[in-house]
Amino acid sequence: MAANTDKNSYTILFAVAMVVVVGSILAFTASSLKPNIEENERMEKQQNILYAMGVNDNEDVSDIAFVSTAEVAQIFSGKISEQLVLEYKDGKIINKMTGDEFLNSKDPDKGIQPYLIDLKKQQNRAKEGKSRYLPLFVGEMEGETVYVAPIRGKGLWDEIWGYVALNEEMTVKGVFFDHAGETPGLGANIKQRYFMDDFYGERLLTEAGVFKGINVAKGNNDPKNESKDDYAVDALAGATITGDGVSAMIKKDLRLYLPYFNNLKTN
Amino acid sequence: MGLLSKKDTKLITDPLTDNNPITIQVLGICSALAITAELKASLVMGIAVLFVLGVGNVVISLMRNIIPSKIRIIVQLVVVAALVIVVDQVLKAYAFELSKTLSVFIGLIITNCIIMGRFEAFALANGPWRSFLDGIGNALGYAVILIIVGFFRELLGSGTLFGFPVLGDPIEQTGVYASGYENNGFMLMPPMALIIVGLIIWVQRSRNRDLIED
Repeated sequence: MAANTDKNSYTILFAVAMVVVVGSILAFTASSLKPNIEENERMEKQQNILYAMGVNDNEDVSDIAFVSTAEVAQIFSGKISEQLVLEYKDGKIINKMTGDEFLNSKDPDKGIQPYLIDLKKQQNRAKEGKSRYLPLFVGEMEGETVYVAPIRGKGLWDEIWGYVALNEEMTVKGVFFDHAGETPGLGANIKQRYFMDDFYGERLLTEAGVFKGINVAKGNNDPKNESKDDYAVDALAGATITGDGVSAMIKKDLRLYLPYFNNLKTN
Repeated sequence: MGLLSKKDTKLITDPLTDNNPITIQVLGICSALAITAELKASLVMGIAVLFVLGVGNVVISLMRNIIPSKIRIIVQLVVVAALVIVVDQVLKAYAFELSKTLSVFIGLIITNCIIMGRFEAFALANGPWRSFLDGIGNALGYAVILIIVGFFRELLGSGTLFGFPVLGDPIEQTGVYASGYENNGFMLMPPMALIIVGLIIWVQRSRNRDLIED
């Protein structure tokens, strides 16, 4: 090698070349794989929503099992009878749209499938003082109508999110939680079935109809989760902050739907 | 003579025993503490590092004569980061389930000091084949410790291995739990990984006195 690798000019040249080469490799990979990745994420969202309302292949396994990717689109359109988008502002639902209305809207903030609505964007809109769009998926489970709502919050390291299926009394009929980077074996266990199954039958509202939410509680004297009236599920050992994140996102995001559910009851 | 000469074989076997990256060089401790609460996560991390270190060592070794020494650390970092991101993207597109399992490790791989350490100490001074073997050897040495620690932490902390209950059901009080045994929740905390690594170091050095530094 003739070039003197200690010269400043060589160093700068090398750095520039490296940035260009690596940058193009990454850009090329990202853009050529993007359609596949988006398709996977789309199917995952549908699988998650269906999982929350009890449509899954859980029966033969102790782990979580989604409906297969090959069938998910068909099952999703079959099981979800209605996709709704509620426009929420200052404690009130100011507008109710069907999924098609939302999808066909010319408004650049709308115009997507309701299940693809990015909650982070909606939370930012609320911070800016704008109205936010709340997606809600209506289906049927155990002979009653269930409403699946997405939630999103913070865990210990990164985002956590989920879907909660509620009946008209806002009793939980099923949940699905996921996370971007919680610690394996600790916080990551919010995605385990034994944790998610505990939420079944827990109530969000008191008898008087006041929103109370569900606490992921330490020192719960009810490890088998027999009491469904305690507004608490047993926490995960070693995952205090992730558990608190789960409690917080349930309280914060599901409370927004309260006016809608109140309205259901009075009608 | 087989595929590997005696010297080459040593590149693989040394890091497994007398020159282990975790117990002797004390590198890569951070990820050994963070993700060993489960055996499965330990195994996945071991495989991920095996891939990145094997390929990364070859890339760095091929470039060793043209890398300006002033910015070599940044070059190494770029190689690791690019490699990890490409793999992550490919997995997301073609093996989505696996990529979900791996997501948490991506950041940990980039910052794993074993990788930078081997680039700096070995790949910059040796040919691609030997660097490859060195990478594989060190990654295996790392994986072995991770798996040992993961085994004990998951078994004693959760009573499971790879997620399967092996000691019975703690809530229904079956298996060994019937006799009053309880899971040690403390095993799930990172400090216990440090204690297990410490015990491994103790066992290893008491078996081979040459390893004891004065």
